[in-house]
Amino acid sequence: MNWFKRIKVGITTSTKEKKETPEGLWYKCPSCKAITPTDEHVQNKYICPKCEYHEKIGSAEYFSIIFDDNQFKEINANLVSGDPLNFSDTKKYTDRLKATIEKTHLHDAIRTAHGKVNGNDLMVACMDFNFIGGSMGSGVGEKIARAIDYCIENKIPLMIISKSGGARMMEAAFSLMQMAKTSAKLTLLSEAKIPYISLLTDPTTGGVTASYAMLGDLNIAEPGALIGFAGPRVVKETIGKDLPKGFQTSEFVLEHGFLDYIVNRKELKSKLTKTLEMFKN
Amino acid sequence: MVTYLEFEKPIEELRNQLENAKQIAEKSKVDMSQSLKELEKKIEETTREIYANLTPWQRVMVSRHPDRPYTLAYINSLTGGNWIELHGDRTVKDDKAMVGGFGMVDGRTIMFIGQQKGINTKMRQYRNFGMPNPEGYRKALRLMKLAEKFNKPIVTFIDTPGAYPGLEAEERGQGEAIARNLYEMSKLNVPVICIIIGEGASGGALGIGIGDKVYMLENTWYSVISPESCSSILWRSWDFKEKAAEALKLTASDMLNNKLVDGVIPEPLGGAHNNHEEIFATVKKYILNSLTELDKLSPEERVKQRINKFCSMGVVHEM
Repeated sequence: MNWFKRIKVGITTSTKEKKETPEGLWYKCPSCKAITPTDEHVQNKYICPKCEYHEKIGSAEYFSIIFDDNQFKEINANLVSGDPLNFSDTKKYTDRLKATIEKTHLHDAIRTAHGKVNGNDLMVACMDFNFIGGSMGSGVGEKIARAIDYCIENKIPLMIISKSGGARMMEAAFSLMQMAKTSAKLTLLSEAKIPYISLLTDPTTGGVTASYAMLGDLNIAEPGALIGFAGPRVVKETIGKDLPKGFQTSEFVLEHGFLDYIVNRKELKSKLTKTLEMFKN
Repeated sequence: MVTYLEFEKPIEELRNQLENAKQIAEKSKVDMSQSLKELEKKIEETTREIYANLTPWQRVMVSRHPDRPYTLAYINSLTGGNWIELHGDRTVKDDKAMVGGFGMVDGRTIMFIGQQKGINTKMRQYRNFGMPNPEGYRKALRLMKLAEKFNKPIVTFIDTPGAYPGLEAEERGQGEAIARNLYEMSKLNVPVICIIIGEGASGGALGIGIGDKVYMLENTWYSVISPESCSSILWRSWDFKEKAAEALKLTASDMLNNKLVDGVIPEPLGGAHNNHEEIFATVKKYILNSLTELDKLSPEERVKQRINKFCSMGVVHEM
Protein backbone atom coordinates (compact mmCIF):
# COMPACT_ATOMS: atom_id res chain seq x y z
CA MET A 1 0.00 0.00 0.00
CA ASN A 2 1.37 3.44 -0.90
CA TRP A 3 1.50 6.15 1.68
CA PHE A 4 2.02 8.82 -0.95
CA LYS A 5 0.70 8.82 -4.40
CA ARG A 6 1.70 11.12 -7.22
CA ILE A 7 -1.47 12.42 -8.67
CA LYS A 8 -0.07 13.95 -11.83
CA VAL A 9 2.82 12.33 -13.65
CA GLY A 10 6.10 14.17 -14.25
CA ILE A 11 7.22 17.75 -13.70
CA THR A 12 4.28 20.07 -13.70
CA THR A 13 5.98 23.46 -13.37
CA SER A 14 6.04 25.16 -16.73
CA THR A 15 9.37 26.50 -18.00
CA LYS A 16 8.02 30.03 -17.64
CA GLU A 17 7.29 29.60 -13.98
CA LYS A 18 10.60 27.86 -13.22
CA LYS A 19 12.77 29.64 -10.63
CA GLU A 20 16.49 29.44 -11.40
CA THR A 21 18.88 29.14 -8.50
CA PRO A 22 22.05 30.83 -9.76
CA GLU A 23 25.30 28.95 -9.29
CA GLY A 24 27.47 30.06 -6.43
CA LEU A 25 24.84 31.96 -4.55
CA TRP A 26 26.21 30.61 -1.32
CA TYR A 27 29.70 30.27 0.05
CA LYS A 28 30.48 27.39 2.35
CA CYS A 29 33.48 27.97 4.58
CA PRO A 30 35.87 25.02 4.34
CA SER A 31 37.05 25.68 7.87
CA CYS A 32 33.87 26.12 9.99
CA LYS A 33 31.33 25.00 7.34
CA ALA A 34 29.23 28.13 7.89
CA ILE A 35 27.13 29.19 4.94
CA THR A 36 27.27 32.82 3.79
CA PRO A 37 25.58 34.49 0.83
CA THR A 38 28.26 34.99 -1.81
CA ASP A 39 27.80 38.74 -2.16
CA GLU A 40 28.18 39.16 1.56
CA HIS A 41 31.30 37.01 1.46
CA VAL A 42 32.76 39.13 -1.34
CA GLN A 43 31.97 42.30 0.55
CA ASN A 44 33.71 40.81 3.52
CA LYS A 45 36.88 40.51 1.35
CA TYR A 46 36.37 36.77 0.95
CA ILE A 47 36.66 36.19 4.67
CA CYS A 48 34.24 33.93 6.50
CA PRO A 49 32.23 36.27 8.76
CA LYS A 50 31.94 33.56 11.35
CA CYS A 51 35.47 32.19 11.76
CA GLU A 52 37.60 34.73 9.85
CA TYR A 53 38.90 32.05 7.51
CA HIS A 54 40.65 33.85 4.63
CA GLU A 55 39.58 32.21 1.39
CA LYS A 56 42.34 31.92 -1.24
CA ILE A 57 41.85 34.65 -3.81
CA GLY A 58 43.68 35.67 -6.97
CA SER A 59 45.29 38.80 -8.36
CA ALA A 60 42.03 40.27 -9.67
CA GLU A 61 40.52 40.15 -6.19
CA TYR A 62 43.62 41.56 -4.50
CA PHE A 63 43.86 44.40 -7.00
CA SER A 64 40.20 45.28 -6.35
CA ILE A 65 40.80 45.21 -2.61
CA ILE A 66 44.00 47.25 -2.66
CA PHE A 67 43.79 49.75 -5.50
CA ASP A 68 41.60 52.86 -5.32
CA ASP A 69 38.44 52.32 -7.40
CA ASN A 70 40.03 49.15 -8.78
CA GLN A 71 42.06 51.37 -11.11
CA PHE A 72 45.51 50.15 -12.08
CA LYS A 73 47.91 49.85 -14.98
CA GLU A 74 49.10 46.30 -15.56
CA ILE A 75 52.58 45.92 -17.02
CA ASN A 76 54.01 43.01 -19.04
CA ALA A 77 50.59 41.37 -19.00
CA ASN A 78 51.32 39.12 -21.94
CA LEU A 79 54.63 37.69 -20.83
CA VAL A 80 54.67 33.89 -20.67
CA SER A 81 57.27 31.30 -19.76
CA GLY A 82 59.09 29.54 -22.56
CA ASP A 83 59.85 25.83 -22.58
CA PRO A 84 63.64 25.81 -22.87
CA LEU A 85 63.96 22.19 -21.75
CA ASN A 86 61.23 20.84 -24.03
CA PHE A 87 59.86 19.34 -20.84
CA SER A 88 57.36 16.55 -20.77
CA ASP A 89 56.07 14.43 -17.91
CA THR A 90 52.65 12.85 -18.26
CA LYS A 91 51.84 15.85 -20.44
CA LYS A 92 53.92 18.21 -22.54
CA TYR A 93 54.72 21.40 -20.63
CA THR A 94 53.69 23.59 -23.56
CA ASP A 95 50.29 21.85 -23.65
CA ARG A 96 49.94 22.27 -19.91
CA LEU A 97 50.73 25.97 -20.24
CA LYS A 98 48.29 26.39 -23.09
CA ALA A 99 45.49 24.61 -21.26
CA THR A 100 46.13 26.60 -18.07
CA ILE A 101 46.16 29.91 -19.95
CA GLU A 102 42.85 29.02 -21.57
CA LYS A 103 41.31 27.87 -18.32
CA THR A 104 42.47 30.71 -16.07
CA HIS A 105 42.67 33.57 -18.60
CA LEU A 106 46.02 34.35 -16.99
CA HIS A 107 49.40 34.26 -18.72
CA ASP A 108 51.45 33.19 -15.76
CA ALA A 109 51.30 32.76 -12.00
CA ILE A 110 51.85 36.45 -11.30
CA ARG A 111 50.45 39.80 -12.44
CA THR A 112 52.18 43.11 -11.91
CA ALA A 113 50.24 46.36 -11.72
CA HIS A 114 50.79 49.98 -10.74
CA GLY A 115 47.97 51.75 -8.95
CA LYS A 116 47.15 53.97 -6.02
CA VAL A 117 46.39 52.96 -2.45
CA ASN A 118 44.46 55.82 -0.83
CA GLY A 119 46.43 58.10 -3.10
CA ASN A 120 49.81 56.45 -2.54
CA ASP A 121 51.57 54.94 -5.55
CA LEU A 122 52.30 51.24 -5.30
CA MET A 123 53.46 48.50 -7.63
CA VAL A 124 51.77 45.23 -6.69
CA ALA A 125 53.06 41.93 -8.00
CA CYS A 126 50.42 39.39 -7.07
CA MET A 127 50.69 35.65 -7.55
CA ASP A 128 47.83 33.47 -8.76
CA PHE A 129 47.69 30.06 -7.16
CA ASN A 130 45.38 28.56 -9.75
CA PHE A 131 48.07 28.93 -12.40
CA ILE A 132 50.01 25.63 -11.93
CA GLY A 133 49.98 25.96 -8.15
CA GLY A 134 51.35 29.49 -8.25
CA SER A 135 54.64 27.99 -9.26
CA MET A 136 57.59 30.20 -10.07
CA GLY A 137 59.21 29.80 -13.47
CA SER A 138 60.91 32.14 -15.91
CA GLY A 139 57.72 34.13 -16.44
CA VAL A 140 57.24 34.88 -12.76
CA GLY A 141 60.93 35.71 -12.30
CA GLU A 142 61.05 38.01 -15.30
CA LYS A 143 57.85 39.82 -14.36
CA ILE A 144 59.17 40.47 -10.86
CA ALA A 145 62.50 41.64 -12.29
CA ARG A 146 60.74 44.04 -14.66
CA ALA A 147 58.42 45.26 -11.90
CA ILE A 148 61.51 46.09 -9.84
CA ASP A 149 63.02 47.97 -12.78
CA TYR A 150 59.75 49.90 -13.07
CA CYS A 151 59.80 50.71 -9.34
CA ILE A 152 63.38 51.96 -9.55
CA GLU A 153 62.66 54.02 -12.64
CA ASN A 154 59.48 55.57 -11.27
CA LYS A 155 60.54 55.62 -7.62
CA ILE A 156 57.49 53.80 -6.32
CA PRO A 157 57.34 51.16 -3.59
CA LEU A 158 56.85 47.48 -4.32
CA MET A 159 54.61 44.92 -2.74
CA ILE A 160 54.77 41.27 -3.76
CA ILE A 161 51.85 39.10 -2.72
CA SER A 162 53.16 35.55 -2.55
CA LYS A 163 50.95 32.52 -2.94
CA SER A 164 52.90 29.61 -4.28
CA GLY A 165 53.92 26.00 -3.92
CA GLY A 166 57.47 26.96 -4.92
CA ALA A 167 59.58 26.67 -8.02
CA ARG A 168 58.04 25.25 -11.19
CA MET A 169 59.44 21.80 -11.81
CA MET A 170 58.81 21.86 -15.55
CA GLU A 171 61.43 24.56 -15.94
CA ALA A 172 63.85 22.74 -13.65
CA ALA A 173 67.09 24.67 -13.13
CA PHE A 174 65.64 27.68 -14.95
CA SER A 175 63.07 28.02 -12.16
CA LEU A 176 65.74 27.46 -9.53
CA MET A 177 67.69 30.37 -10.97
CA GLN A 178 64.64 32.63 -10.67
CA MET A 179 65.31 32.53 -6.93
CA ALA A 180 68.76 33.93 -7.59
CA LYS A 181 67.46 36.37 -10.17
CA THR A 182 64.71 37.91 -8.03
CA SER A 183 66.96 38.09 -4.95
CA ALA A 184 69.77 39.72 -6.93
CA LYS A 185 67.33 42.21 -8.43
CA LEU A 186 66.02 43.11 -4.97
CA THR A 187 69.52 44.27 -3.98
CA LEU A 188 69.17 46.98 -6.64
CA LEU A 189 65.79 48.07 -5.26
CA SER A 190 67.30 48.20 -1.82
CA GLU A 191 70.21 50.27 -3.07
CA ALA A 192 67.72 52.77 -4.50
CA LYS A 193 66.13 52.96 -1.02
CA ILE A 194 62.73 51.98 -2.29
CA PRO A 195 60.54 50.12 0.20
CA TYR A 196 59.59 46.53 -0.53
CA ILE A 197 56.73 44.94 1.37
CA SER A 198 56.33 41.18 1.10
CA LEU A 199 52.85 39.89 1.85
CA LEU A 200 52.75 36.15 2.41
CA THR A 201 49.40 34.49 1.88
CA ASP A 202 48.13 30.94 2.01
CA PRO A 203 50.21 29.05 0.95
CA THR A 204 53.76 30.33 0.56
CA THR A 205 56.34 27.54 0.45
CA GLY A 206 59.49 26.25 -1.23
CA GLY A 207 61.61 28.39 -3.50
CA VAL A 208 59.34 31.41 -3.12
CA THR A 209 59.79 31.42 0.66
CA ALA A 210 63.50 30.87 0.12
CA SER A 211 63.81 33.96 -2.07
CA TYR A 212 61.73 37.12 -2.49
CA ALA A 213 58.94 36.29 -0.03
CA MET A 214 61.32 36.43 2.93
CA LEU A 215 63.33 39.42 1.70
CA GLY A 216 60.90 42.27 2.33
CA ASP A 217 61.87 45.38 4.22
CA LEU A 218 58.68 44.32 5.90
CA ASN A 219 57.45 40.74 5.81
CA ILE A 220 53.74 40.62 6.57
CA ALA A 221 51.15 37.87 6.28
CA GLU A 222 47.46 37.13 6.28
CA PRO A 223 46.24 35.20 9.33
CA GLY A 224 46.28 31.42 9.25
CA ALA A 225 48.38 31.13 6.08
CA LEU A 226 50.67 28.15 5.56
CA ILE A 227 54.21 29.54 5.38
CA GLY A 228 57.31 27.39 5.22
CA PHE A 229 60.24 26.13 3.23
CA ALA A 230 59.54 22.40 3.20
CA GLY A 231 55.90 21.40 2.92
CA PRO A 232 54.26 19.98 6.07
CA ARG A 233 54.00 16.49 4.54
CA VAL A 234 57.74 16.40 3.87
CA VAL A 235 58.56 17.64 7.38
CA LYS A 236 56.26 15.03 8.85
CA GLU A 237 57.94 12.27 6.83
CA THR A 238 61.37 13.54 7.87
CA ILE A 239 60.74 13.60 11.60
CA GLY A 240 58.38 10.62 11.61
CA LYS A 241 56.06 12.31 14.08
CA ASP A 242 52.85 14.28 13.93
CA LEU A 243 53.38 17.99 13.59
CA PRO A 244 52.47 20.27 16.49
CA LYS A 245 49.23 22.20 16.16
CA GLY A 246 49.65 25.49 14.35
CA PHE A 247 53.00 24.48 12.85
CA GLN A 248 53.98 26.66 9.86
CA THR A 249 51.04 29.04 10.22
CA SER A 250 51.48 32.81 9.97
CA GLU A 251 51.13 33.02 13.75
CA PHE A 252 53.89 30.42 14.20
CA VAL A 253 56.19 32.25 11.78
CA LEU A 254 55.50 35.58 13.49
CA GLU A 255 56.24 34.02 16.88
CA HIS A 256 59.60 32.77 15.57
CA GLY A 257 60.53 36.23 14.41
CA PHE A 258 60.22 36.13 10.64
CA LEU A 259 57.21 38.42 10.18
CA ASP A 260 56.64 42.05 11.09
CA TYR A 261 52.90 41.72 11.51
CA ILE A 262 49.85 39.74 10.56
CA VAL A 263 47.07 41.66 8.90
CA ASN A 264 43.43 40.74 8.45
CA ARG A 265 42.45 41.23 4.83
CA LYS A 266 39.71 43.65 5.89
CA GLU A 267 42.37 45.93 7.34
CA LEU A 268 44.94 45.30 4.62
CA LYS A 269 44.34 48.49 2.68
CA SER A 270 44.25 50.81 5.69
CA LYS A 271 47.33 49.24 7.28
CA LEU A 272 49.15 49.28 3.97
CA THR A 273 48.31 52.97 3.56
CA LYS A 274 49.63 53.68 7.03
CA THR A 275 52.82 51.73 6.33
CA LEU A 276 53.41 53.44 2.99
CA GLU A 277 52.89 56.85 4.57
CA MET A 278 55.38 56.01 7.32
CA PHE A 279 58.00 55.32 4.68
CA LYS A 280 57.10 58.43 2.75
CA ASN A 281 56.95 61.12 5.42
CA MET B 1 87.31 -1.62 -0.42
CA VAL B 2 86.30 -0.02 -3.70
CA THR B 3 82.59 0.45 -4.38
CA TYR B 4 81.35 -0.23 -7.88
CA LEU B 5 78.11 1.12 -9.27
CA GLU B 6 75.82 -1.17 -11.21
CA PHE B 7 77.04 0.00 -14.62
CA GLU B 8 80.66 -0.19 -13.49
CA LYS B 9 80.47 -3.98 -13.12
CA PRO B 10 82.42 -4.67 -16.33
CA ILE B 11 85.24 -2.52 -14.92
CA GLU B 12 85.11 -4.42 -11.65
CA GLU B 13 85.37 -7.74 -13.46
CA LEU B 14 88.36 -6.64 -15.48
CA ARG B 15 90.08 -5.25 -12.41
CA ASN B 16 89.55 -8.54 -10.61
CA GLN B 17 91.01 -10.35 -13.60
CA LEU B 18 94.00 -8.05 -13.48
CA GLU B 19 94.47 -8.71 -9.77
CA ASN B 20 94.30 -12.45 -10.34
CA ALA B 21 96.72 -12.25 -13.24
CA LYS B 22 99.15 -10.24 -11.12
CA GLN B 23 99.00 -12.84 -8.36
CA ILE B 24 99.54 -15.66 -10.80
CA ALA B 25 102.45 -13.83 -12.36
CA GLU B 26 104.00 -13.35 -8.97
CA LYS B 27 103.53 -16.94 -7.88
CA SER B 28 104.56 -18.69 -11.09
CA LYS B 29 107.34 -16.24 -11.94
CA VAL B 30 106.16 -16.39 -15.52
CA ASP B 31 106.53 -13.19 -17.49
CA MET B 32 102.97 -12.01 -18.02
CA SER B 33 103.77 -8.34 -18.51
CA GLN B 34 102.34 -8.41 -22.01
CA SER B 35 98.92 -9.74 -20.96
CA LEU B 36 98.90 -7.49 -17.90
CA LYS B 37 99.48 -4.52 -20.13
CA GLU B 38 96.70 -5.65 -22.41
CA LEU B 39 94.34 -6.04 -19.48
CA GLU B 40 95.18 -2.57 -18.22
CA LYS B 41 94.55 -1.17 -21.65
CA LYS B 42 91.25 -2.99 -21.79
CA ILE B 43 90.24 -1.58 -18.41
CA GLU B 44 91.00 1.90 -19.64
CA GLU B 45 89.07 1.37 -22.84
CA THR B 46 86.07 -0.11 -21.06
CA THR B 47 86.04 2.69 -18.52
CA ARG B 48 86.30 5.27 -21.26
CA GLU B 49 83.46 3.69 -23.15
CA ILE B 50 81.19 3.39 -20.13
CA TYR B 51 81.88 6.92 -18.99
CA ALA B 52 81.46 8.39 -22.44
CA ASN B 53 77.93 7.06 -22.62
CA LEU B 54 76.54 7.71 -19.16
CA THR B 55 72.83 8.45 -18.97
CA PRO B 56 71.75 11.42 -16.83
CA TRP B 57 70.58 9.04 -14.11
CA GLN B 58 73.92 7.22 -14.12
CA ARG B 59 75.66 10.55 -13.66
CA VAL B 60 73.41 11.23 -10.67
CA MET B 61 74.64 7.91 -9.28
CA VAL B 62 78.28 8.86 -9.89
CA SER B 63 77.69 12.23 -8.18
CA ARG B 64 76.63 10.26 -5.08
CA HIS B 65 79.43 7.69 -5.29
CA PRO B 66 80.59 7.00 -1.73
CA ASP B 67 84.26 7.17 -2.74
CA ARG B 68 83.96 10.65 -4.23
CA PRO B 69 85.95 13.30 -2.39
CA TYR B 70 83.89 15.67 -0.24
CA THR B 71 84.44 19.31 0.69
CA LEU B 72 86.95 18.78 3.52
CA ALA B 73 89.08 16.56 1.28
CA TYR B 74 89.25 19.34 -1.31
CA ILE B 75 90.12 21.99 1.27
CA ASN B 76 92.79 19.79 2.86
CA SER B 77 94.36 18.97 -0.46
CA LEU B 78 94.19 22.46 -1.97
CA THR B 79 95.73 24.08 1.10
CA GLY B 80 98.11 21.23 1.84
CA GLY B 81 96.54 21.15 5.30
CA ASN B 82 97.34 24.82 5.85
CA TRP B 83 93.90 26.01 6.83
CA ILE B 84 91.89 26.95 9.91
CA GLU B 85 88.38 25.67 10.31
CA LEU B 86 85.94 28.23 11.73
CA HIS B 87 82.74 27.26 13.49
CA GLY B 88 79.32 28.53 14.39
CA ASP B 89 76.73 31.01 13.20
CA ARG B 90 76.98 33.13 16.40
CA THR B 91 73.28 32.65 17.01
CA VAL B 92 72.17 29.07 17.50
CA LYS B 93 74.89 26.48 17.01
CA ASP B 94 77.56 25.01 14.78
CA ASP B 95 76.09 23.17 11.83
CA LYS B 96 78.16 20.09 11.04
CA ALA B 97 76.71 19.82 7.54
CA MET B 98 78.31 23.11 6.55
CA VAL B 99 82.03 23.63 7.02
CA GLY B 100 84.34 26.51 6.31
CA GLY B 101 87.46 28.44 7.13
CA PHE B 102 90.46 30.37 5.87
CA GLY B 103 93.03 28.42 3.91
CA MET B 104 96.25 29.23 2.13
CA VAL B 105 96.69 28.27 -1.51
CA ASP B 106 99.98 29.18 -3.18
CA GLY B 107 100.53 32.00 -0.71
CA ARG B 108 97.05 33.44 -1.00
CA THR B 109 94.31 33.31 1.65
CA ILE B 110 90.98 32.01 0.45
CA MET B 111 87.76 31.53 2.40
CA PHE B 112 86.52 28.00 1.75
CA ILE B 113 82.92 27.04 2.51
CA GLY B 114 80.93 23.95 1.63
CA GLN B 115 78.42 21.31 2.57
CA GLN B 116 80.07 18.27 4.07
CA LYS B 117 78.85 14.69 3.79
CA GLY B 118 80.08 11.95 6.08
CA ILE B 119 82.55 9.30 4.99
CA ASN B 120 80.99 6.44 6.94
CA THR B 121 77.68 5.65 8.59
CA LYS B 122 78.53 7.34 11.86
CA MET B 123 79.94 10.42 10.16
CA ARG B 124 77.06 10.59 7.74
CA GLN B 125 74.71 10.99 10.69
CA TYR B 126 77.08 13.48 12.32
CA ARG B 127 77.09 15.52 9.12
CA ASN B 128 73.32 15.15 8.72
CA PHE B 129 73.95 13.64 5.25
CA GLY B 130 75.16 17.01 4.01
CA MET B 131 71.80 18.67 4.64
CA PRO B 132 72.34 22.00 6.40
CA ASN B 133 69.94 23.63 8.84
CA PRO B 134 69.37 27.40 8.80
CA GLU B 135 72.36 27.89 11.09
CA GLY B 136 74.50 26.25 8.40
CA TYR B 137 73.51 28.87 5.86
CA ARG B 138 73.97 31.62 8.45
CA LYS B 139 77.39 30.24 9.35
CA ALA B 140 78.27 30.30 5.65
CA LEU B 141 77.09 33.89 5.37
CA ARG B 142 79.02 34.91 8.46
CA LEU B 143 82.19 33.48 6.96
CA MET B 144 81.52 35.18 3.64
CA LYS B 145 81.08 38.53 5.35
CA LEU B 146 84.29 37.90 7.24
CA ALA B 147 86.08 37.23 3.97
CA GLU B 148 84.58 40.36 2.45
CA LYS B 149 85.72 42.46 5.38
CA PHE B 150 89.31 41.36 4.94
CA ASN B 151 89.13 41.31 1.16
CA LYS B 152 89.66 37.57 0.69
CA PRO B 153 88.14 35.65 -2.20
CA ILE B 154 85.51 33.02 -1.49
CA VAL B 155 85.31 29.48 -2.86
CA THR B 156 82.25 27.37 -2.11
CA PHE B 157 81.98 23.61 -2.64
CA ILE B 158 78.42 22.48 -3.22
CA ASP B 159 77.42 18.91 -2.41
CA THR B 160 74.01 18.46 -0.84
CA PRO B 161 70.85 16.41 -1.30
CA GLY B 162 69.00 19.53 -0.11
CA ALA B 163 68.45 21.85 2.83
CA TYR B 164 67.22 19.84 5.80
CA PRO B 165 63.40 19.68 5.88
CA GLY B 166 63.10 19.26 9.65
CA LEU B 167 60.88 20.76 12.29
CA GLU B 168 63.54 22.93 13.90
CA ALA B 169 64.77 24.02 10.50
CA GLU B 170 61.33 25.45 9.85
CA GLU B 171 61.19 27.07 13.29
CA ARG B 172 64.50 28.77 12.69
CA GLY B 173 63.56 29.96 9.21
CA GLN B 174 65.18 27.72 6.60
CA GLY B 175 63.53 29.75 3.85
CA GLU B 176 64.72 33.07 5.25
CA ALA B 177 68.25 31.78 5.75
CA ILE B 178 68.58 30.67 2.12
CA ALA B 179 66.87 33.81 0.80
CA ARG B 180 69.23 35.99 2.83
CA ASN B 181 72.25 34.21 1.36
CA LEU B 182 71.03 34.66 -2.21
CA TYR B 183 70.55 38.34 -1.54
CA GLU B 184 73.82 38.93 0.29
CA MET B 185 75.96 36.81 -2.02
CA SER B 186 74.72 38.82 -5.00
CA LYS B 187 76.48 41.89 -3.69
CA LEU B 188 79.64 40.53 -2.04
CA ASN B 189 82.48 42.73 -3.23
CA VAL B 190 85.11 39.97 -3.27
CA PRO B 191 85.47 37.30 -5.97
CA VAL B 192 83.15 34.33 -5.42
CA ILE B 193 83.70 30.97 -7.10
CA CYS B 194 81.16 28.18 -6.63
CA ILE B 195 81.90 24.59 -7.59
CA ILE B 196 79.38 21.77 -7.58
CA ILE B 197 81.44 18.75 -6.58
CA GLY B 198 78.59 16.27 -6.08
CA GLU B 199 74.91 16.90 -5.70
CA GLY B 200 73.40 20.30 -6.35
CA ALA B 201 69.91 19.92 -5.00
CA SER B 202 67.69 22.95 -5.26
CA GLY B 203 67.63 25.86 -2.81
CA GLY B 204 69.92 23.98 -0.45
CA ALA B 205 72.65 24.11 -3.08
CA LEU B 206 71.84 27.58 -4.39
CA GLY B 207 72.10 28.93 -0.83
CA ILE B 208 75.89 28.98 -1.25
CA GLY B 209 75.79 29.10 -5.05
CA ILE B 210 75.71 32.74 -6.16
CA GLY B 211 79.13 33.32 -7.67
CA ASP B 212 81.05 35.19 -10.33
CA LYS B 213 81.98 31.76 -11.62
CA VAL B 214 79.80 28.73 -11.08
CA TYR B 215 81.38 25.48 -12.18
CA MET B 216 80.14 21.92 -12.18
CA LEU B 217 82.36 18.87 -12.10
CA GLU B 218 81.68 16.67 -15.08
CA ASN B 219 79.69 14.00 -13.21
CA THR B 220 77.50 16.12 -10.98
CA TRP B 221 73.94 17.32 -11.14
CA TYR B 222 72.24 20.60 -10.35
CA SER B 223 68.52 21.21 -10.46
CA VAL B 224 65.41 22.39 -8.71
CA ILE B 225 64.60 18.93 -7.36
CA SER B 226 66.15 15.47 -7.20
CA PRO B 227 65.03 13.09 -9.95
CA GLU B 228 63.45 10.79 -7.34
CA SER B 229 61.27 13.52 -5.85
CA CYS B 230 60.45 14.86 -9.30
CA SER B 231 59.29 11.40 -10.30
CA SER B 232 57.14 11.04 -7.21
CA ILE B 233 55.48 14.40 -7.74
CA LEU B 234 55.00 14.54 -11.50
CA TRP B 235 54.53 10.83 -12.21
CA ARG B 236 53.15 10.01 -8.76
CA SER B 237 55.57 7.10 -8.44
CA TRP B 238 59.22 6.59 -7.55
CA ASP B 239 59.80 4.46 -10.64
CA PHE B 240 60.37 7.22 -13.16
CA LYS B 241 63.63 8.60 -11.79
CA GLU B 242 65.56 7.79 -14.96
CA LYS B 243 62.95 9.60 -17.01
CA ALA B 244 62.89 12.51 -14.57
CA ALA B 245 66.70 12.77 -14.65
CA GLU B 246 66.47 12.96 -18.41
CA ALA B 247 63.68 15.55 -18.43
CA LEU B 248 65.26 17.84 -15.83
CA LYS B 249 68.41 18.40 -17.96
CA LEU B 250 70.41 18.35 -14.78
CA THR B 251 73.85 17.23 -16.01
CA ALA B 252 76.84 19.53 -16.20
CA SER B 253 76.84 19.64 -19.98
CA ASP B 254 73.10 20.38 -20.13
CA MET B 255 73.50 23.13 -17.55
CA LEU B 256 76.34 24.65 -19.55
CA ASN B 257 74.36 24.46 -22.79
CA ASN B 258 71.52 26.30 -21.08
CA LYS B 259 74.01 28.92 -19.85
CA LEU B 260 73.02 28.32 -16.23
CA VAL B 261 76.60 27.58 -15.19
CA ASP B 262 79.89 29.04 -16.38
CA GLY B 263 81.85 25.89 -17.05
CA VAL B 264 82.33 22.17 -16.65
CA ILE B 265 85.43 20.87 -14.86
CA PRO B 266 86.56 17.59 -16.44
CA GLU B 267 86.91 14.62 -14.11
CA PRO B 268 89.58 11.92 -14.29
CA LEU B 269 88.78 8.86 -16.38
CA GLY B 270 86.15 6.84 -14.53
CA GLY B 271 85.01 9.74 -12.35
CA ALA B 272 86.45 11.82 -9.52
CA HIS B 273 86.30 8.82 -7.18
CA ASN B 274 88.82 7.03 -9.36
CA ASN B 275 91.63 9.50 -8.88
CA HIS B 276 91.35 12.02 -6.06
CA GLU B 277 94.74 13.65 -6.65
CA GLU B 278 93.92 14.37 -10.26
CA ILE B 279 90.58 16.05 -9.52
CA PHE B 280 92.14 18.11 -6.71
CA ALA B 281 94.80 19.36 -9.13
CA THR B 282 92.24 20.19 -11.81
CA VAL B 283 90.00 22.04 -9.36
CA LYS B 284 92.96 23.99 -8.03
CA LYS B 285 93.89 25.03 -11.54
CA TYR B 286 90.35 26.25 -12.23
CA ILE B 287 90.22 28.22 -8.98
CA LEU B 288 93.55 29.94 -9.54
CA ASN B 289 92.82 30.73 -13.19
CA SER B 290 89.41 32.15 -12.29
CA LEU B 291 90.87 34.28 -9.51
CA THR B 292 93.44 35.71 -11.93
CA GLU B 293 90.61 36.61 -14.26
CA LEU B 294 88.33 38.02 -11.54
CA ASP B 295 91.13 40.04 -9.92
CA LYS B 296 91.27 42.16 -13.05
CA LEU B 297 87.76 43.52 -12.43
CA SER B 298 86.89 46.22 -9.93
CA PRO B 299 84.57 45.08 -7.12
CA GLU B 300 81.76 47.23 -8.56
CA GLU B 301 82.19 45.70 -12.00
CA ARG B 302 82.27 42.18 -10.56
CA VAL B 303 79.06 42.70 -8.59
CA LYS B 304 77.37 44.25 -11.60
CA GLN B 305 78.36 41.36 -13.84
CA ARG B 306 77.31 38.81 -11.23
CA ILE B 307 73.86 40.37 -10.82
CA ASN B 308 73.42 40.75 -14.56
CA LYS B 309 74.39 37.14 -15.15
CA PHE B 310 71.70 35.78 -12.83
CA CYS B 311 69.15 38.34 -14.02
CA SER B 312 69.56 37.19 -17.60
CA MET B 313 68.57 33.60 -16.74
CA GLY B 314 65.13 32.50 -17.87
CA VAL B 315 63.26 32.11 -21.12
CA VAL B 316 60.09 34.12 -21.75
CA HIS B 317 58.16 35.45 -24.69
CA GLU B 318 55.25 37.78 -25.36
CA MET B 319 51.97 36.16 -26.23
